[in-house]
Amino acid sequence: MTHEEVKQIVLDIIAEIAPDEDISNVKPDVRLREQLDLDSMDFLDIVMELRKKHGIEVPEEDYTKLASLDSCAEYLTPKFKAKAS
Amino acid sequence: MSTLEGERYDAVIIGAGMSGLAAGIRLALFNKRVLILERHNAPGGLNSYYSRSGLRFDVGLHAMTNFVRQGVKGTPLTKLFRQLRIPCEAFALCEQYGSRIHFPDVQLEFTNDFTHFESQIADKFPHEADNFRRLVVALKAFDETALDYQPCGAKDVIKKFIHDPILTDMLLLPLMYYGSANENDMDWAQFVIMFKSIYCEGFARPFEGVRCILRELTKKYKSLGGERKMGLGVKRIHTLNTHAKALELDNGSMITADHIFSSAGLVETLRLCDDQPPNTGGEHIGKLSYVETIHALDIQPSALGWKDTIVFFNTQKEFTYRCPQLPVDLHSGVICFPNNYHYVNDEPLEQGWLRITALANYNYWKSLAPDAYQDAKTEWFTQLTSTALNCLPPVSVDVLKSHTVDIDMFTPTTVERFTGHLGGAIYGSPQKNRNGKTHLDNLYLIGTDQGFLGIVGAMLSGISMANYHVLKND
Repeated sequence: MTHEEVKQIVLDIIAEIAPDEDISNVKPDVRLREQLDLDSMDFLDIVMELRKKHGIEVPEEDYTKLASLDSCAEYLTPKFKAKAS
Repeated sequence: MSTLEGERYDAVIIGAGMSGLAAGIRLALFNKRVLILERHNAPGGLNSYYSRSGLRFDVGLHAMTNFVRQGVKGTPLTKLFRQLRIPCEAFALCEQYGSRIHFPDVQLEFTNDFTHFESQIADKFPHEADNFRRLVVALKAFDETALDYQPCGAKDVIKKFIHDPILTDMLLLPLMYYGSANENDMDWAQFVIMFKSIYCEGFARPFEGVRCILRELTKKYKSLGGERKMGLGVKRIHTLNTHAKALELDNGSMITADHIFSSAGLVETLRLCDDQPPNTGGEHIGKLSYVETIHALDIQPSALGWKDTIVFFNTQKEFTYRCPQLPVDLHSGVICFPNNYHYVNDEPLEQGWLRITALANYNYWKSLAPDAYQDAKTEWFTQLTSTALNCLPPVSVDVLKSHTVDIDMFTPTTVERFTGHLGGAIYGSPQKNRNGKTHLDNLYLIGTDQGFLGIVGAMLSGISMANYHVLKND
């Protein structure tokens, strides 16, 4: 699993939970909340979908690591790799 | 037919109203095994429907509040659609024509465009225009959904901004009628919720009314594998120390659940628990109840000159919002025309409808024997109708009668029967419990007594309690 693939997974989840957002031009290094209208309820759903779809657990104290696509990739890629092995 | 005996659920929800269905969708979405139990045969609770002699009656819902046009972000309505994963097109909301607050010497119109309301206030209350703007700034900055909020009276806060008591009453009347469980005041956070949902956002309605909303919620819930049992209520919650260990159902079956969400109301839920005395919480039972008269017409209201969507009226100098001494308080109320929305292609509803809501005295209606109850309904139906006619473009009682094909009326005892709220308390207990916690660690309140009011508030209540008590801690 590459960083790019993980970013796509996160984008797919955002597309599902917030279909009214335009995610075609999300900048990976900018905080998601600055580009998209996402609130804490939406972030809870991102975490819940990561678990439901991919079996990835994100404890509450790590929610801040999902701030941007880059930080998502940084934080989640090792988790996806551990899952795959 | 399954009795459910011995079944085990991740979550059981008491009541298939707006809050219960919304909580059920959230939990089922994340693979919880969920059961919604509803004592009645129709879903909706306070907001429901029935058919009689071929006519499709709606009860409860006058309008869906919180309307914003597609693309407006960050409002309760958009949050709701996202959290429920229901596309906003599903409700097919159509906007109101316009509504009115009718007082003896002054009227304020409002639409789904807040600037119209601001200009009405500037026009009718020029001395208060700046104060009103400051009030709006203050309430927009307030976080009304914080679960740790400490209640305070709205009138005290409004007084810091608005000095004209008539304007204060005019602002309060629609918000109280659409959501206050407190007599003669409302909680400040409730005021903010209702102010934003009614004045800043606005009214809309699906062509099919509340049926459409309930159908979409039910469809979503079932598609996620949620289970629902109609015509079966919860008789008792069996406890062990501070834990709800089992639910005993009306049919005698016992089931268990890790989590229980109750929309029955604060006092009503406590009284289900076997560790509480039978009359517990009596002081928290709400005192406000309503009657509503319904005229089904063979003509569209607009053909009679009635083009308002909703009229909030008060015929006295001062507006009082409390349990009346008389059976019905004829001094104020709400007149609703479900026909007066911008439906697609201007398609008219099959029937014309005139619905009139007013405060009523529960104890009076409860005390009546069946015959006297019918007589009282007839008498107060007539009186309330003629009061309301005085607040509308003129149509005589005889003309209205000649176009009336059916009538109905609900009273505080009807509210009690269909919502289970003691005292027919339309908005439940004045005591709200924002975080939904009870004396039991796995029993939570949702709906009216959790305290997010209005139909959108009710759904957000179910959503936020499911998130807060179950999904977040998973």
